[in-house]
Amino acid sequence: MTGQTTDQATDRPIRVLISKPGLDGHDVGAKVVARALKDAGMDVVYTGLRKTPEDIARRAKDEGVDVIGMSILSGSHLPLARRLKDLWDEYDLGTRLWLVGGNVPEKDHEALADIGVDAVFNSRSRLDDIVRYIEENVARWPRN
Amino acid sequence: MAEKLATDAKGGLDLPRGVEPVFFDSGIEVKPVYTAADANGGNGAGEERPGEYPFTRGIHAEMYRRRPWTMRQYTGFGNAQATNERFHYLIETGNTGLNVAFDLPSQCGLDSDDPAAEGEVGRVGMAVDSLRDFEIAFDGVDLNAITVSLTINGAAAIMIAMYLAMAEKRGYDIAALRGTAQNDILKEMVGRGTWVFPVEPSVRLVGDTIEYCARHAPNYSPVSVCGYHIRESGCDPAEEMAYAFEIAKAYIDETLKRGLAIDDFAGRLSFNFNVFGKLFEEVAKFRAGRRMWAKILKEQYGAKNPKTMWMRMIAGGGGFGLTIDQPENNIMRGAYYALSAVLSGAQTIALCCYDEAYTIPSPKAQQISIRTMQLLIEELGLCDTADPLGGSYFVEALTDEMEEKITAAMRRVQDEGGIVAGVASGRIQDRVSQQAYEHHRRVESGAARKVGVNCYRVEEEKPDVAFHPERQEDVDMQMASLKQVRAERSRDAVDRALKRLHADAASGANTMPAIMEAVKAYATVGEMTKVLADVYGRFEEPVTI
Repeated sequence: MTGQTTDQATDRPIRVLISKPGLDGHDVGAKVVARALKDAGMDVVYTGLRKTPEDIARRAKDEGVDVIGMSILSGSHLPLARRLKDLWDEYDLGTRLWLVGGNVPEKDHEALADIGVDAVFNSRSRLDDIVRYIEENVARWPRN
Repeated sequence: MAEKLATDAKGGLDLPRGVEPVFFDSGIEVKPVYTAADANGGNGAGEERPGEYPFTRGIHAEMYRRRPWTMRQYTGFGNAQATNERFHYLIETGNTGLNVAFDLPSQCGLDSDDPAAEGEVGRVGMAVDSLRDFEIAFDGVDLNAITVSLTINGAAAIMIAMYLAMAEKRGYDIAALRGTAQNDILKEMVGRGTWVFPVEPSVRLVGDTIEYCARHAPNYSPVSVCGYHIRESGCDPAEEMAYAFEIAKAYIDETLKRGLAIDDFAGRLSFNFNVFGKLFEEVAKFRAGRRMWAKILKEQYGAKNPKTMWMRMIAGGGGFGLTIDQPENNIMRGAYYALSAVLSGAQTIALCCYDEAYTIPSPKAQQISIRTMQLLIEELGLCDTADPLGGSYFVEALTDEMEEKITAAMRRVQDEGGIVAGVASGRIQDRVSQQAYEHHRRVESGAARKVGVNCYRVEEEKPDVAFHPERQEDVDMQMASLKQVRAERSRDAVDRALKRLHADAASGANTMPAIMEAVKAYATVGEMTKVLADVYGRFEEPVTI
């Protein structure tokens, strides 16, 4: 399927799940990013607050999204990312792009990458950079 | 939103060539100069004095001459023991009040050993499972000298009961005890997000706490209505005040159904407002707000006691204004926010610390915030005179204009079906989040200037940030303590109290007496919340994106 993951490969918009795992109630950033991705022409599903990794994995599968975004500002990014990783195969999440946003300290970026997170963004990230990153790196799902 | 796009907007003023129009965030166009003609025909606040209705100039006649504002820095992390140590540090440093941060499981009504709490225990605040934690957290704190504010919402009824029970156990007279709980669930559903129950029973629970305190702890402030977090979520300063007033009115209306008179309880309601952005807009916001709240209480609710009409407030914070870029700049921002709050006549001030844009503040950062306020008191002479900006052509004119903006924003909420329906449907959340998005775009484009972010940047710079150290032993200690509490308490007493709580919640009786009984029996936060959720259900967040 290589060569079929570019924007031109399909007519349908990129589908993105923006999720709020754990108990963290800071949702300003998640909603700002969701609106930016919508403005860029993507289909965006926002989960609302307090979702478990199971909720997020199921939703990602059911909605057939290409990108899973997790927004975490409580400091619990590592345990929550590990729990989603544990569910990755069970929910057949495959090559979906996995992004984490929030206030992740630099020292944890590598640990998140080791778990399987593709990119980490924070409040200093420009919205257009997030859009461009997704457009350049997304692999459409399901493959057909 | 067009009115907010200041740099693109054509103002209505006839400005000299080369002078660009300027708009405040509330949409008010600002003149380059004000004269007597702008300020109520040169009359300003007229003959009004501080301490006199409608309290534009302040709720006390001599304001800070009698007593400076209360300094109430926000703190809490790990377990009750760790938090108690920081409480004592803050008091020794000069904090004159405490402002308790709870961890997310406690805020959401979960015990520390609940599977949903995994990874979150003690992280953003102090873990609380039972009355035992309150006993430890406030050990050695003189509750008459230091007033305590509990930043708690979804689980507020339980935490208020724990505070009262703890104080009672230590021999304090509950009828005289002062203190505050945030307990503003409607704003929690707009921003901040630690709701538990659906909208209607949640508002009833707030009514339960107000009624209970009015009857048993009349000096305790059971609610601090927060425009603060709605502003953090994106609204403008006039809307911040408008939403807070509409929310406060919803709690008043709920409480009036209980057969209390307005003067029995409304004087103990207080407010929590944000301070960042344009200094004079903030001052005018508070002066207009005080005047409006007094009139609402007197004219709409028939209050007789002037104290009932007071808009008492904690002001400050300013979290939205702080940046992770060049974080030291946040020290200066905090100082200006404190100045704004003092010039506005705040009763209590809490400042976000310079490192709070990314972590739980360090002791040093807390000390700097407290010293910032002490400088205003000791060196800058800010306590000498009440409402020092009163009579300024600019400030008086702006106060009148803010009153109009706040009134219009309140009318919009009412015309759209009221605050409760607006929150339940998610309409208000949707509007506020769109405003946050537009603001973010304006910061990115440079239209809204942010020092160190979109101007005066230092390239190649990696912010030098230290993060709060997480201590696993605090979490382990919490789990062990919870286990011990469960082993030592009387299971029968807990079951009896929880059964009563279920019955009272189901019948619509005030739940506070049963919560008090359960708390005293060392029932846990999770147990009590589960009983209430069995009756009330849980909030289903309207997702509007």
